[in-house]
Amino acid sequence: MKRSMAAWWFVGPALIVLGVFFFVPVIGALLMSLTDFDLYALSDWRNLRFIGFHNYATLLQDPLFWKSLWNTLYFVVLGVPLSIGASLGAALLVNSKLGRFRSFFRTVYFAPVVTTLVAVAVVWRYIFHTRYGFLNYSLSGLGIDPIDWMGDPHWAMPAIVILAVWKNFGYNMIILLAALQNIPEDLYEAARIDGASGWQVFRHITIPGIAPVLLLVSILTMTGYFQLFAEPYVMTEGGPLQSTLSVLYFMYEEGFKWWSLGRASAVAFLLFVLMFLVTAFQLRLGRQRGDR
Amino acid sequence: MKRRGPAIIVNLLLVIGAVLTAFPLLWMLSVSFMPTGAASTYPPPLFPAAPTLDNYRELFANHNAGRYMLNSAIVASLATLIALVLNTMAGYAFAKLRFKGRERIFQTLLGALVIPAQVTMIPLFALVKEMGLISTYGGVIVPSLASVFGIFLIRQYALSLPDELLEAARIDGASEGRIFWSLVVPLLQPILVTLAILTFLATWNDFMWPLIVLTDQKLHTLPVALAGLSREHVQDNELMMAGSVITVLPVLALFLALQRYYIAGILAGSVKG
Repeated sequence: MKRSMAAWWFVGPALIVLGVFFFVPVIGALLMSLTDFDLYALSDWRNLRFIGFHNYATLLQDPLFWKSLWNTLYFVVLGVPLSIGASLGAALLVNSKLGRFRSFFRTVYFAPVVTTLVAVAVVWRYIFHTRYGFLNYSLSGLGIDPIDWMGDPHWAMPAIVILAVWKNFGYNMIILLAALQNIPEDLYEAARIDGASGWQVFRHITIPGIAPVLLLVSILTMTGYFQLFAEPYVMTEGGPLQSTLSVLYFMYEEGFKWWSLGRASAVAFLLFVLMFLVTAFQLRLGRQRGDR
Repeated sequence: MKRRGPAIIVNLLLVIGAVLTAFPLLWMLSVSFMPTGAASTYPPPLFPAAPTLDNYRELFANHNAGRYMLNSAIVASLATLIALVLNTMAGYAFAKLRFKGRERIFQTLLGALVIPAQVTMIPLFALVKEMGLISTYGGVIVPSLASVFGIFLIRQYALSLPDELLEAARIDGASEGRIFWSLVVPLLQPILVTLAILTFLATWNDFMWPLIVLTDQKLHTLPVALAGLSREHVQDNELMMAGSVITVLPVLALFLALQRYYIAGILAGSVKG
């Protein structure tokens, strides 16, 4: 039929592009992770050798890989709740009928989301500057001694978390705001007539009303945070003492500094599997809660 | 007048939040106008005592900022243009045209959303090298040319187009291509603006892939150039702030101008889960 032929002309180009530049590389990553793909193989594929699960085996014995894994998990575990909390707080504020100029504030809160990560990382590195940065200056007003944000292994990752929360909270705020506005007004009305306190309303109407969306943004934020790379690349170069080396940074160095592309593919795959498992776990947890 | 306390607290918190959020960007702007060394003093100055454009002059005269800006503009515009055409055609077809395996293919595409782009990056590098596209504009934009999210966005919007309208055009003897260009595209206009701004901002801000694929410095985009520059000039805070300003300002202005469309895209995207 002529029409179905025409349809293929419409979807064909996009499907070919996705196939060649996405689906083939996904399978390619799996295959490459089973080889010793390196600089020699890159220039001539005949140098390629199949080595089974050797890359995975050596990775799991590499302390630096584990270090990058823990660093990434630390960033996720610290960053995701803080981000969601900030997003929810901002959404509640912007949604409150008591507030004025609410669309103005919404725009301000959202602005960091569209900024270039590399550029704002450069700006924050300066804000975190031990001697001349504004953060330590503000903290000194509270009587807190200067913190060596970028130079102290204990503070470098929290500093990156602060940047990430600042940069990203506006995104989830928009989504949560839409969810808040979907809660029927009469529920609040009824609660008020029953004399419920502000906290009770929040706990028993607001939170259940946005719970599914809250789960969704948690998962989206988490998968985003697992892909930490540009912040440490710009602010700390993975240091000090590899305390901000993320899995993706590790992959980048394995792949494009040492040209162990096979090993780097294995890192990418392990990260993907980990993200997949954690997402599946969260979804399951969310569903169980929902059933009750 | 009944209780004013809560209203004062809410408005106060709104203002505090706005100050905390806007401060880094405003300070970036302010410091970019300070002469070299002025920002390395204690306490940190809020405003330039003697505002100057020297840092911007230095960036464009000695650090090729104009070239990098042009690279970013070319890369983002090219990617946006092609992605717009490919995703719109596919999204429309998935919504309104019948073909074998339509639902199955679409479900497969949606399933692929769980795979992060970083998984593909290393084989993609090998592939792009085989194609001779390392350090070319083509190599940078290749992963952004079609996106599952873009197709999804267009499809959801196109589903609401009335079938009768398309049928009427077919009965009048219009070809599928003509129906698409002169009937469907104008009707899709709002969502096309959304897709365009999302794609443009994403490619402008993108870092990891351009960093990997652009080995020739002349072709660096602004974020890649800025990252490199900031490693060499760790102490030149004023210069780095100016570099950040010229990187951020274009996208921030674009967002402020088309805010409505951008937010619509985010909300449509959040439904996908």
